[in-house]
Amino acid sequence: MTVTAPDTTATTAATVEFRGLRREFGPTVALDGLDLTVRPGELLALLGPSGCGKTTALRMLAGFEHPDSGEVLIDGEDVTRVPAHRRDAGMVFQSYSLFPHLDALDNVAFGLRMRKVRTSERRARAAELLELVGLADKGGRFPHQLSGGQQQRVALARALALRPRVLLLDEPLSALDAKVRLSLREEIRRLQQDLGITTLFVTHDQEEALSMADRVAVMHAGRLEQCAPPAELYGRPATAFVAEFVGTMSRIPGRLADGGVEVLGQRLPVDGPVPAGPDVDVLVRPEAVGVRTDGDGSARVVATSFLGAAVRVTVRLADGTEVKADLPAHEAGGLGAGTAVTVSLPERPVLVAARTP
Amino acid sequence: MARLTLWRWGVLGLAGLYFLVPLAASVVFTVDVPGQGVTFDAYTQIFSTDGFTSSLLLSLELAAATIAVVLLLMVPAMVALRLGAPRLRPVVEVVCSLPLVVPPIAFVAGIGTVLKWGPEHLSRTPLFQTFVAIQNPDFPFVLVLAYVVMALPFVYRALDAGLRAVDVRTLVEAARSCGAGWPQALVQAVLPNLRGALLNASFLTLALVLGEFTVAQLLGFQPFAVWIVNVSGSQAQLSVAVSVLSLLVTWVLLLALAGAGGRTRTASRG
Repeated sequence: MTVTAPDTTATTAATVEFRGLRREFGPTVALDGLDLTVRPGELLALLGPSGCGKTTALRMLAGFEHPDSGEVLIDGEDVTRVPAHRRDAGMVFQSYSLFPHLDALDNVAFGLRMRKVRTSERRARAAELLELVGLADKGGRFPHQLSGGQQQRVALARALALRPRVLLLDEPLSALDAKVRLSLREEIRRLQQDLGITTLFVTHDQEEALSMADRVAVMHAGRLEQCAPPAELYGRPATAFVAEFVGTMSRIPGRLADGGVEVLGQRLPVDGPVPAGPDVDVLVRPEAVGVRTDGDGSARVVATSFLGAAVRVTVRLADGTEVKADLPAHEAGGLGAGTAVTVSLPERPVLVAARTP
Repeated sequence: MARLTLWRWGVLGLAGLYFLVPLAASVVFTVDVPGQGVTFDAYTQIFSTDGFTSSLLLSLELAAATIAVVLLLMVPAMVALRLGAPRLRPVVEVVCSLPLVVPPIAFVAGIGTVLKWGPEHLSRTPLFQTFVAIQNPDFPFVLVLAYVVMALPFVYRALDAGLRAVDVRTLVEAARSCGAGWPQALVQAVLPNLRGALLNASFLTLALVLGEFTVAQLLGFQPFAVWIVNVSGSQAQLSVAVSVLSLLVTWVLLLALAGAGGRTRTASRG
């Protein structure tokens, strides 16, 4: 961990482990026994609704919060009691975390100044990092003279200045507007892969998590629901919570029979664990649902909304259940509100969950 | 638009008259001696009058000490309050506002009573020497203690306004994640962004100490304000000249403070 070498690549990437982390704030349980391992060099997104404990977990790794029980390990070494400034973790905050009295260059050089690196050396290194985030010409600007996206880039450069073993991103894009968010998202991912630095990324935006991360850990009420690569998380959600939090999911009532499930007049095999039956809900993604105009159909189109390449059609079944389906725009032409239709599912195994009232 | 501008100038003019007419009258009174024409004798006399330099210096020393003590006391306290115990803020606010409610005359009566304990109860203990030391007429530290208390409401408000404008918690955490320990985080990341607030607090404390009369007079010390009153009893023109001069001195000091802090204040704006 030298700060003097001129190159920008990190030394060997670190492994981060959370073991049985538990934390209560008065009556609320922020973390309820979190176990999670971040592999070396990967970008892991912590995803969940607000209050699920994802930020608390990140702040424990940074050293700003302390667990009631459990431990945090970096490369197998227990750092639970190590103070924040010796953790070797660079952090990017939600917003407005740059030091307002320093210009961009001095902001990036701040950590090096704390480590007593010589002035000329740290200025050179800071300039190099600013170039890395594409702000080589903005070194003399103060934070209030930079846009939100530029500020976050400077914050990213500052977090990388000390060559941390772990990079922590606490919803760094949530205060930015949509376009900047998209470009910065790609840039963070590119930098992270170039540097090969182990990164933990907290977000409540599932699209952000799915598009950037190597693996996504979905949290709910202080516990880990599932940790898997984005495609697996979307295609094979382990729990009903994950299924409904990640992407859109419709619940269609079905009945378990002979190891399969009867739904919409079809008999389909069950994927994953089977809940106690016989009455269950079948979970389906909108792109898997087929909708066909049928004068004799018992289902009715309730609403359609145009999404560009696809049209999302909301259909009410005979029993009152609403199902969402995404159809290619050219197929959805004749489907106005009130059209009688039939709804079908592809002949593939489906996820089922216990019936919710 | 034109009418609005007219109004603004009108109000400014009236306010200016309100302040400047008495001031101008004072100046005229000191320089225009009947029968002698315009003369600056009153002002030259000031510098030769016994006690001018010593009392002014004493006041400045007291002001510097008070500013140092009150800031050392309040800045860490307010930052800790913000980071650690935000719920205690109303309590601290009320405590810091108390000196506004307690009249100085009652305050000094209390101090006088406590100071009497020295000879009455503590004469055989080492504390007695402490009591003597803080009442040293060359530098009465007891006045600094009193002024610190009296400055609390102003300093609290100035610092509170400054702390509201910055996100102390995030700044400290950002500094700590950059490898700064607690003291470094406070000094390098938080304090520079409170420059304006520190300056305001110093302003108010300086003005308070330079103009304070009651406590100093009743405890029997002679800083600048007390000296002015003592002089004015004997020579009318001299006393007014001293008042005008003290006004100018205060202004110059405030401008100097503003000049020292102004450059960086613009840099840290936003």
